[in-house]
This record gives sequence, structure tokens and C-alpha cells, in this order.
Amino acid sequence: MWEKNPILLLILATGAILVGTLVTMVLPFAWVNTEADRIQSVTPYTALQQEGRDIYIREGCNNCHTQTVRPLVAEVIRYGDYSKSGEFVYDRPFLWGSKRTGPDLARIGGKYPDEWHYKHMASPRSMVPRTNMPAYGWLSKNSLDPQMIERKMNVLGFPYTSEEIKALEGKNEMDAMVAYLQKLGTGIPWRQATTTTIVGDLKNPYTRIGHAAMKPWEEIYTANCAACHGGHMEGDIGPELDVADMDDSDLFEIIYNGVPDDGMPPFSSLGADKVWKLVNFLKDFYTAEEQK
Amino acid sequence: MNQTAYDYDIVKSFVNWSIVWGLVTVLVGVIVSLQMVEPALNFPPYLTFGRLRPIHTNAGIYGWGVGVIFATFLYIVQRLCKTPLWSPKLARFQLWFFNATIIASAITLLLGYTSSKEYHEMEWPIDVMVVILWVAFGLNIIMTIIKRKEEHMYISLWYMMAAIVGVAILYLVNAAAIPVSLFKSYSAYAGTNDANVEWWFGHNAVAMVLTAPPLAMFYYFLPKSTGVPIYSHRMSIIAFWSLIFMYLWTGAHHLLWTPVPDWIQTLAMAFSLMLIAPSWGSVFNGYLSMNGQWHQMRENYLVKFLIIGITFYGLQTLQGPMQAIRTFSAFIHYTDWIPAHIHMGTMGWVSMISFASIYYLVPRIYGKNLYSIPLANLQFWLILTGQLMWSISLWIAGVLQAGMWNAMNPDGSLTYTFMETMVEMYPYWWIRVGGGLIYFAGVVVFIYNLVMTVRQGEPAVTTESAPVAGRA
Repeated sequence: MWEKNPILLLILATGAILVGTLVTMVLPFAWVNTEADRIQSVTPYTALQQEGRDIYIREGCNNCHTQTVRPLVAEVIRYGDYSKSGEFVYDRPFLWGSKRTGPDLARIGGKYPDEWHYKHMASPRSMVPRTNMPAYGWLSKNSLDPQMIERKMNVLGFPYTSEEIKALEGKNEMDAMVAYLQKLGTGIPWRQATTTTIVGDLKNPYTRIGHAAMKPWEEIYTANCAACHGGHMEGDIGPELDVADMDDSDLFEIIYNGVPDDGMPPFSSLGADKVWKLVNFLKDFYTAEEQK
Repeated sequence: MNQTAYDYDIVKSFVNWSIVWGLVTVLVGVIVSLQMVEPALNFPPYLTFGRLRPIHTNAGIYGWGVGVIFATFLYIVQRLCKTPLWSPKLARFQLWFFNATIIASAITLLLGYTSSKEYHEMEWPIDVMVVILWVAFGLNIIMTIIKRKEEHMYISLWYMMAAIVGVAILYLVNAAAIPVSLFKSYSAYAGTNDANVEWWFGHNAVAMVLTAPPLAMFYYFLPKSTGVPIYSHRMSIIAFWSLIFMYLWTGAHHLLWTPVPDWIQTLAMAFSLMLIAPSWGSVFNGYLSMNGQWHQMRENYLVKFLIIGITFYGLQTLQGPMQAIRTFSAFIHYTDWIPAHIHMGTMGWVSMISFASIYYLVPRIYGKNLYSIPLANLQFWLILTGQLMWSISLWIAGVLQAGMWNAMNPDGSLTYTFMETMVEMYPYWWIRVGGGLIYFAGVVVFIYNLVMTVRQGEPAVTTESAPVAGRA
């Protein structure tokens, strides 16, 4: 019957296509982005942040970076608290991505100081030696178009002030990009909630290690610390590391939990062993080198 | 024999242009694969990975994929309906508008005008062009079917009509956006809703562009090439209806473990597994049609392309559901395994069938025998080797990276930093570049063979319906 009647076939095929469509695509609108998954602390983007988001889209950053942390152990340790639906209600379009050539960015906001991002965007390999991320320093040369941005805010229905729009004069695309990155994932206070409380006494397991044995640990320093504190602890974005007189356990806590207010991220994901190695390396290595 | 005045000129034009875009997509693919191993090969603002990768994917799907669909469907529909096209003028318009749309897409994507939605990056004015294009195409096909002289509609026509309706629904819903200017718009949906709509689109674009149409080609060109009919008509019916019904439930398997509601993820996972049945229904229908004909794998290069093509379809539709299982997705998602999976489908299944279809068409629409069957065989081995190198290297890379991402020390800390896992990818990414180059060489051989066929091929003495020109 339908094999001889094209109109009937078209109607039946449309029907077959619409069943799954209605259940899995249309129906979810009844729950998603309603009061059911609303999070009060999540706010819309500011004019500068939204413009940064549009530049992120224009440059296709989502081709290499995802923006959703899954509720899986290794993933939460690596990136931070898993993503919640209510955190994305102001995202048009969504930018969850499908491939992690680079790391996930859902929780990047507040992890590093602004200066880290400026330097990293301009020259990724100066911070992360073997990365394949292209340089985006040229964004600093492009100024913003406040009128256009105001129009975008109106279309999105996001609140803004005329001072905010005026302040966009003189800012460039890099400023917008960094502002956007710093906003990502900060809609919920997850960072404060995940600081580890260290219980019991901290005991340095490497007190009697010799200078020569520390040589392999330089790699841990180079990979994780050098970008901000310089190749020889001389300081750059972060301070010079003059830690010789510091208490072992205090230094351990600083590295392990970071100093979020000063832009130092926690390094607990490295594990206690590597952090202890860093403590000993920092206190001894270059000092001993100089004395030689 | 050939009393009906079929319009083959339009088929010739679509064959030519689809090959042009096919060459572009493979070339851009090789370029972006090099950018992944050497960031200095990014030339901002236009020639960066972030802007070129969507050109690679869209030129592949809409230029090469849809181009071949247009070429083959406009041929098949005339032959199966035993009637010329409903409107040759509309088809001519469709050709020019198709190229205008692809060129406009490439230029706007280079300029950074993108919606960011995967496989649908083009901004809203291009969406309007795509809709006009699809209506012109769909109308011509459906009207030709309506005025057909053959009462019974063959399997290929079912898949064609389902694809026409399916693409229309998917594209319109996912394109919904609020324009800010000519080249900037914001999605009509936000956050989790937007993600769910996008992957309902994304996965079913695979169904309606990269599955149903190549199946329409396969069901037509396999019997045409072997000279024996499809094994089971009943199996074709069951596979067709269950395929188009089940596919639409599965989009959220791209969003497992994300904030999309769990029940949608679970449905997607279940239906993905169920989809193995209709997919393999077509695979086995193809294999069983070869009963007593397997010697043609050796003698008939068209059959070789078609059967290896459907084999990759079988592998693809087994690997896909495997990845749609939550536990495996948790491990493998976001790694290089995923592009390896996609490229087995595009380079293996869809392109193998497309090459075979064009190899079948060109000698017949030009009335000349193929210039060189050894060259066609050479191309077969080049693209097979290139694609296997591409996919196998990145499957290994994906498992390696997933293992390193999840590796944990006894104290519950991570064994590797992200960079430690990324640098391990470089050797595999280099192998991928090699695979891409070999595949590219295969496409060049293909084009050379076709150009020489048109220029210097001997006039064919075969009739339209006989498969002789395809024999070695």
C-alpha cells in the first residue's frame, strides 16, 4: 500500500520521525531551565564577559575545549565540581563541546590570576612548553564595539548600565576574553566548598634526602610551578620563592590547597607525595646549587 | 532500450561539483591535522584550527556528502520512476544555489561568523539558503516520484523521501535563533535545552544525511553492479521503518553524564543498542545478496567498494552503540577515539559508497568505459589504507589518553597532569597526518581516472541496465 503511494509514505515517515523527537527533544522543555533546576547564585554575563564569550565562539575555542565536568571521580578531581543544569541558563548557545584536545574549561574561572591568562593566550608555549594551542596575542590589537555589544545585551535581555557600556571604550578583545574565562564556573561557590582540611600532623617523608637525589624532582617544578614562579624560582606572575626559612608543613599546605585569594591554584590533584617532593625541592635545591 | 529522455546533464554537473568539495574537505582535513601537531601552522585570524575545522566538517557533510546525494538521487529517481525530472530548470537552479551556499558558508566561517553548533556552524542567512536549497531539491524529487511511470516504489525511494523530510525537520528546529545583525545570532534555546536540541540534530544529521541516503545508493547500485537483486524485500521493509523510528531517540548519547536529565540519557542508550538491529539488517541484506556472487569481489571493482563500504557501516553501527553505553562513554568520550569513530563512518562507509556510485554513474552518463580499472583498484587500496591508519592510530591514542586521564594514585590523587596526557598524543597525530595524506592521494587518483574517462575513455557499447562496464 505505502509502497505505491508516496504521499502516504511521506506522512508515515514523518510520523515515525516525530515520535522520538517529541519524547526526547520536545518534552524535556517541561523540566529543563525551569524553577526545578534554577540556581539563585547564577547570574547573567556582564557586557564585557558576554563579548568575550562571543569571541570564544568566533574563534571556535569549543572545537578543542569542553565546558562540562562530568560526575566522575577523576574528572571532579582534575577540573572541579561537576556541572549542574542551572549553571547554563544564560548560555546561548551552549558551549559544552565534544572533544578535549585541551582541558575542560567549565571551572577555569578564578583558578589563575588574570595575568596568567594574558600571558598564556599571547604565548601558550611560554607557559606550557609542549602545548599545541595556537597563540591568540592578536586579540589585544582589536578594540571593542560598545554599540554592538549594547545591542547584544538587549537581544539577550541581560541587565547592564550605561557606565558599563561606556567602560568598554579602550578595552580590547583580550580583556573581554579574560573576563569571560574568569566568569566560567563561578556561579556556584564550589571552590570554597572543596578546600581540603588537613587533619593530624604533617610529617615530611623526605627529611634526610640528599641534594643529588632531588634532581629528578625539578621536572615537577618545571611542569607545574615554573610558568608563574620562573625557571629558577625568581618570580614572575607569582612571587619569588624565598622559602628556605619556611616551616615544611606550612609550605605543604600552601601548595596543596593554594592561596585562592592571591591567584595561586591548589595542587592537591598532584597527590601528597609529589607535593612533599616539591616542598623539599623548593627549600633546598637552588640554594644548594648556588652554594656549590 | 533508453526511450525516456533522462536529464543526465544535471547529474554530470553535480558529480563534478561534489568532487570539487570532496577534494576541498580532504585537503582542509590534512591542513588541520598538521595544525594539531604544529601550532605555528595557525595563521590568525583566518587560518586557525578553530575556524578551519568547521570548514572541514561542513565541506565534508554539505559539499561532498550532500553533493553526492544530489548527483545520485537526481539520477536514481529518474531511473526508478522511468520518467524525466519533474523540473530540469529547478534542478539547474538547485545546482547554482548549492555552490553559492557552500561558497558562502566557507567564506563566512573563515571570517568567524559561526553559531558554534557542531555540524551546523553557519549563521542564520546561510540557514535560510540551505532551507531554500532543500525545498528546491525535495520538491523536484517528490514531484518526480508522484508522476512516475513505475507503480511500485523501490527501497531507495523510501530512504530518499525519509531523508528529505528528516533533514527538513532537523535543520529548521536546530537553526532557530534570534538575529542581532546579519552575521550574528543567539540560539533560541539556552544551556541544557540547547545542548539537547543540538545533539538531537547532530546525531540525526548522521541518520538523515550520512545513513539513509548512502543506504538508498547502496540498495540501488549494489544490484545494478552485481546484476542480481537484493536478497530480501521483507528485511528491507523492517530495517527501513525501524531505522527511521529508532534513530530519533538516540541524540542524547552524545550527552551522557552531562546535566541533561538522566531519563533522556537512558532512553538514548537503550535505543542506540536497539539500532544495531536495523543497521545490521541492511548489512546482512547486502551480504546475503552476494550469495553465489562473491567471486565478483575479485572481478568487479564496484562490488569491492560497495561491500567494503557496507562492512564499515556494520562496524560503525556496532562501535557507535558500544560508545553509547554509559560506562564506556565515561571512559572514552572527549578523547581522540571519537574522531576515529566518525572518520570510519565518513571515510570508510559514506565515501566508499559515494566513490562506487560515481564510478557507476560516470561511464553511463558519458557513454564511455572507465579509463582504467587498475587505477580504480589503486584508489581503493589507498583510501582503505589511509582510513585504517587514521582510525586505528587514534583508537589507540584514545584508549591511552582515557587511561591516563583516569589513572589515580593510591592516595586518590591523579597520576598525570593534563599536559602529560596530551604530549603522548603527538606520535599518533603524526600517523593521522600520514593516513590523511594517503587518503588524499587516493582522491587525486580517483579524479584523474574520471577526467581521463571523460576525455579519452572508449565509447561504451553496453546498455544502461547491464553491469558490463563495471567488470574487469
